[in-house]
Amino acid sequence: MGKPLHIIVCGSLVPDPLQTLEPVETPQGPGLKNEQMLPSVLDPWAACALYEAAALAKSRAGSKVTLVALGPKAKLQQLMMTVAQKAPFQLVAVNAPAGGFTDARETAAELAKAIRSIPDLDLSSTLLFGGCASASRDAGVTLQFVAETLGIGEFFMAVDELKLADDDTFTVLERVEGGQYQSSTCAGFPAAVGWATGSLPEPPNNPQTGMMNMRGVMPALMKAPTANVGAGGIAYAKAEVPAAKRDTVVKKDMTADAIAAEIVEWIKQ
Amino acid sequence: MKTAAFNLSGQGVFAQDVPALADAIKASGAEIVLLPGTSRVRRCAGAAAMRAGAQVDTNVVSLAIDGETATAQRWLYRQRILVTFSRAARPWVVVTDPSLFDEICAKAGATPAALDPAPATSSRTKVNGLVAAGGGGESTIKPDAKLLFVAGAGWTKKQADGAAHLDDAAATITGFLAKSGASLGSSKSLVDMPEAAKAFSFMSHMNQVGQTGSTPRHAKGLATCCHGEEPHVVGWRFVTERRAVNLDANCGWAQGKADVLYVADAFEVMKKVNELL
Repeated sequence: MGKPLHIIVCGSLVPDPLQTLEPVETPQGPGLKNEQMLPSVLDPWAACALYEAAALAKSRAGSKVTLVALGPKAKLQQLMMTVAQKAPFQLVAVNAPAGGFTDARETAAELAKAIRSIPDLDLSSTLLFGGCASASRDAGVTLQFVAETLGIGEFFMAVDELKLADDDTFTVLERVEGGQYQSSTCAGFPAAVGWATGSLPEPPNNPQTGMMNMRGVMPALMKAPTANVGAGGIAYAKAEVPAAKRDTVVKKDMTADAIAAEIVEWIKQ
Repeated sequence: MKTAAFNLSGQGVFAQDVPALADAIKASGAEIVLLPGTSRVRRCAGAAAMRAGAQVDTNVVSLAIDGETATAQRWLYRQRILVTFSRAARPWVVVTDPSLFDEICAKAGATPAALDPAPATSSRTKVNGLVAAGGGGESTIKPDAKLLFVAGAGWTKKQADGAAHLDDAAATITGFLAKSGASLGSSKSLVDMPEAAKAFSFMSHMNQVGQTGSTPRHAKGLATCCHGEEPHVVGWRFVTERRAVNLDANCGWAQGKADVLYVADAFEVMKKVNELL
């Protein structure tokens, strides 16, 4: 059996995907209408990374998971009420704006700073996890910036599977073009892994795990440093929601034969 | 404004691609460097730009250069908000949507040069090769297909006789794909189902379209047994003509998300379609 792992997961909140998003101009630049009121969820790809991290840590004795989250403190606290019930982790929080309009470089710098501040951080036994992109900025570069800042020289993008061997080598499947995976084997740690959906379902809520996590979550939120993350060097000229509504024709009373004939004709056009 | 464009194709390793791309960015002396957002480029572009002292933006869908000013467009919040923006800092690495790379390069007056990083930098990572997703048969993901066929969780539901017919559903779907040449997409709810993973071995999470899936660009899209909820439909942003077959006349597709919604049993309709094809 290999050495215990420290899996650090970078992940933050995004607006619930069922919410309507409307861009507005704020004194700090573009933002979302009623942003503070919008219900949030853990970024879906980061959530996959967290569940994979928890499963991996469980498979190797003595391993632990740290979730590093950057976002407005009050919203993070609300988010933790549900996320903390999903998997055991320690929280490191940074109180800063999080959203699509903020700059990936500034966000990554604060995340790297927060990771460096973790007591007893030993990169030689660390896997850095995160989503392959966020559902807000969707840039897919933040985790790379964090890895680069921390001097982690092995990085995998859009990973669906990670198999860890007892000798600390691991094999990953990264999504590439044409419905294929690139299979690679990495000899040891540290390494950074940007997860796609992985293969694990969302764990059910576990109140015991939640209560255990919340003992550390509340102090972590209390001492979360405030960071000034903004749009960086980006000058936004316009933010718009394009009109996407179609005049849907609902056809209710057609036979299966008639529908099939219409679909075939449409396909062949 | 001096522009340059590079292309990285095939398989690669982060530790070798990053220094090669960073060197190419620096050596080009270009103010704007264009890259296609392929899987290999996306794996290394951010770190390479950082090492080259450049700014980087990904998923860019348009770039307008006017004298010394460059303005780009990209989507935020998974194809929900389109932003137009610029950066004053140079060099600026612009990673485009892969399907728009040639068009954006042509407008910017840049001719893409192929980069072939030599494995000069040592890496702890060794590439084993390519593996097909799903059951390992012929790929059901065909980016160049004219039609996207999306299967939803309804294919696994109980039918009129009170039983689920997964094998029948699988045969109907694969039969349609073979006859139409369509690319297969899926809703998240379907690929997440353990029973679907077993019966629909030709499908994997890579087929998933939407919030945590892909955003394919096909001329036409046909959704079946899928409710057209917003997290799924954000993946349809670039599908031009959309039709859906669903038993629920009030499903998401009816709310201005499809051009035509057929209120019918997709099992029955798609079997007839296969017969006609």
